[in-house]
Amino acid sequence: MFPALPFRAATLIRRNFMKQNVKTINKKPLGKRLWNQQYLYLLMLPALFWVIFICYAPMTGIYMAFCNYTPTTNGYFKDLFGAPFVGMEWFKYFFQTDFISIMRNTLATSLLTLLFSFPFPIIIALCLNEVKSVKTKKFVQTASYLPYFISWVIAANIFLTMLSSDGVVNNLLMGLHITKEPILFFQKGPYFWWIIAFANTWKGMGYNAIIYLAAISGIDPGLYEAAEVDGANRWQKMLHITLPTIRPTICILLILAIGGILSTGFEQQLLLQNDSILAYSDVLDTYAYRYGMKNGMYSYGTAVGLFKSVVSFILVLGANGITRKINDSALF
Amino acid sequence: MSKMNTAVKKKATCTSDRVLDIVKVLILAFVVIVTIYPFWNVFIISINDATDSLRGGLYFLPRRLSLAAYSNILNRRTFLESIRVSVARTVVGTPVAVLVTSMLAYALSRKDLAGGKFFSLMFVFTMYFGGGLVPYYMVLKNMNLLNSFWVFIIPMMMSVYNMILVRNYIEAMPEELFEAAKIDGANDLLIYFRMVLPLSKPILMTVGLFVAIGQWNSWFDAYLYTSSQSLKPMQSILVEILNQYQTGGSVSDQMSRAAAGVTVTPDSIRMAATMIVTIPIILVYPFIQKYFVQGIMLGAVKN
Repeated sequence: MFPALPFRAATLIRRNFMKQNVKTINKKPLGKRLWNQQYLYLLMLPALFWVIFICYAPMTGIYMAFCNYTPTTNGYFKDLFGAPFVGMEWFKYFFQTDFISIMRNTLATSLLTLLFSFPFPIIIALCLNEVKSVKTKKFVQTASYLPYFISWVIAANIFLTMLSSDGVVNNLLMGLHITKEPILFFQKGPYFWWIIAFANTWKGMGYNAIIYLAAISGIDPGLYEAAEVDGANRWQKMLHITLPTIRPTICILLILAIGGILSTGFEQQLLLQNDSILAYSDVLDTYAYRYGMKNGMYSYGTAVGLFKSVVSFILVLGANGITRKINDSALF
Repeated sequence: MSKMNTAVKKKATCTSDRVLDIVKVLILAFVVIVTIYPFWNVFIISINDATDSLRGGLYFLPRRLSLAAYSNILNRRTFLESIRVSVARTVVGTPVAVLVTSMLAYALSRKDLAGGKFFSLMFVFTMYFGGGLVPYYMVLKNMNLLNSFWVFIIPMMMSVYNMILVRNYIEAMPEELFEAAKIDGANDLLIYFRMVLPLSKPILMTVGLFVAIGQWNSWFDAYLYTSSQSLKPMQSILVEILNQYQTGGSVSDQMSRAAAGVTVTPDSIRMAATMIVTIPIILVYPFIQKYFVQGIMLGAVKN
C-alpha cells in the first residue's frame, strides 16, 4: 500500500542482524545463565506475584460461565470446581433474551463515539499545526487535554449540570430559539447514546490530537518547501502533504478503535444512567456487571463478560493483523 | 519551521487561505470553550449563594458570593476522612507501582534473560484478555483483600502498558554502559538501583504521573471492594452525592428548603465537592502536563 521499500529493506536487515546477535548470546548453557541472572528474577518477583494473582487467577473464572456457581464459605476454588456443569446454557439464555437490545446499545454508543472521536482529533491537530504563535498553540493544546485528567465522576457531575433542564446548554438552545421548552436530555433513551458519544470525545480528543501532532511534527519540512516552490497554498499543502503523510497513524488509530468497538465505556454509563432510560443505556459491560455483581447471577454475568472478552480479543487480533500489513509495525 | 512561516506571511493570502484561517480560529476557539467553560460554570455555581442559584441564569460570574457550601462540606467528618484516604492511596500507590513496574521493565529489557520471550508474552496477554469482574472479585475476596487499604495498592502496582514504555526507554540506553558496570563487578541489583533508576528518571516521572492520576481518580474499586466508611476516597463521596442528585432533589424540594433558611442545597454541595476534587488536579496540571505529553509521544512511537 505504501511504496516505502528502502525503509522496509532497512528494517529487514536490522531484524536479521538482531537475530544473529541473540544467537551468539544464547550460546551459554541454560543452567549457568539462570544462576547468573538470579537477581533479574528477584527484580521480577513482585510483578510475577501480581500477574499470577491479579491477572491469571481470575481467568480460572472462565469456567464459571459454563457452570452454575454459587459462593459459599468454602472459598472460591472449592465453590467453582464443585459447581454443577451447565455447558452453554447461560450463553443460550443471553442470546434468547437481551442480546439484541444490549448489542444495539453497545454498537450505537460506540459507533456514535467513533463518528465524533475519530475525526475530531485529526481536525484539531491540523488546525493546531496551522497556528503560528507558540503560546496560543500551547494554550489550546493544554486546554484540550484537561478533561483527560479528571475522573469520570467529575465529568459526570459536569455533564449533569450543563445538560440539566435549567443548565447552560438548554438556556443556550432556548436563547437561540432552537427549542421552546428545555430538553430533558436524561429522560429520552436515544439521547443517551449521543451524550456518551460526546462525553467520550470530550474526554479523549486532546489525547489523540497529541498523537497526530507527533506524527505531523515528523514530516520533512523539505516537502512543504518543495510544494511552495510549486505554488501550493496552505490549504493545498494540508490536503496533499500533511494528510497523506499522517495516513498510517490515522489508519492505526481507526483500526484500534474498531478493535475496541465492544468496549464502549463502563464508568460513564454507570454514573450517567438512570432507571428510566436503562433500556437504552445498558451496554455489554454494565449489563454483565449488573447481573453478575448486583443481581447475584454470578455465572450469567460472567458468561456475558466472557462473550465480550472473546469477541474483543478476536477483533484486536484481527486489527493487529491488518495494522501489520499496512504499516510493517504491529503492536505485538 | 519559522523560515517557512515567514515565507507564508510574505505571500499574498488567497481566498482559500483566508477561509482556512477563519475556520481554524473558529474550531480552536470552540475546543477551548468546550473544554474550559464547563469547569468555570461549575466553579461559579459553587461559589454563588445557593438560594440565589435556584433562580438560574448563572453563566459567567457569580451574583452573590457565598462559600457556605464549601464550609459545609469541609466540616463533614466523612469528607475530611475521605481526603486522607485519597492522599494515602496516591502517596503509597505511586512509588510502589513505579518501583514494581520499572524492576520488571529492566529485567525484560535484558536480551539474554532466560525465558524472556515467555514472560513478555505472559504479561502482554493480560492487556487483551481477562477473566471478568465476578471471578476477579471472588479472587480478591479469597486473598482477604476486600475491605482493606491494600485493595487500592496491589491491583494497581503494575501496569503492562507502563512497563512497555519503561522497557523501551531502557532498551534505548547504550549497551556498553551495562557491560562496563558488569566488568566492574556490579550485579543486576546494583545496576538497577544505581544506574537504571537514576538514568530513566524522565520516563519514571511520566509513569508515576499516570499512576498518581489513576489512583486519585479511581472510585469503582472503592465502591465495589470496600464497604467501610473509613476507606472511602473523595471520589466515592462524590459518587454518593451524585447518586442522591440522580434519584431525588427536585427543584421544588430545594425551594422549600431555601424558604426554611437553609443556606446550602444538595446542588451547591455537589458543585463544591466537585470543585474540591478537581482543584488539586488543576493546581498540579501546569507542572505535570509536560510529562504527560512526553508519555503519549513515547506511546505513539511504539504504536
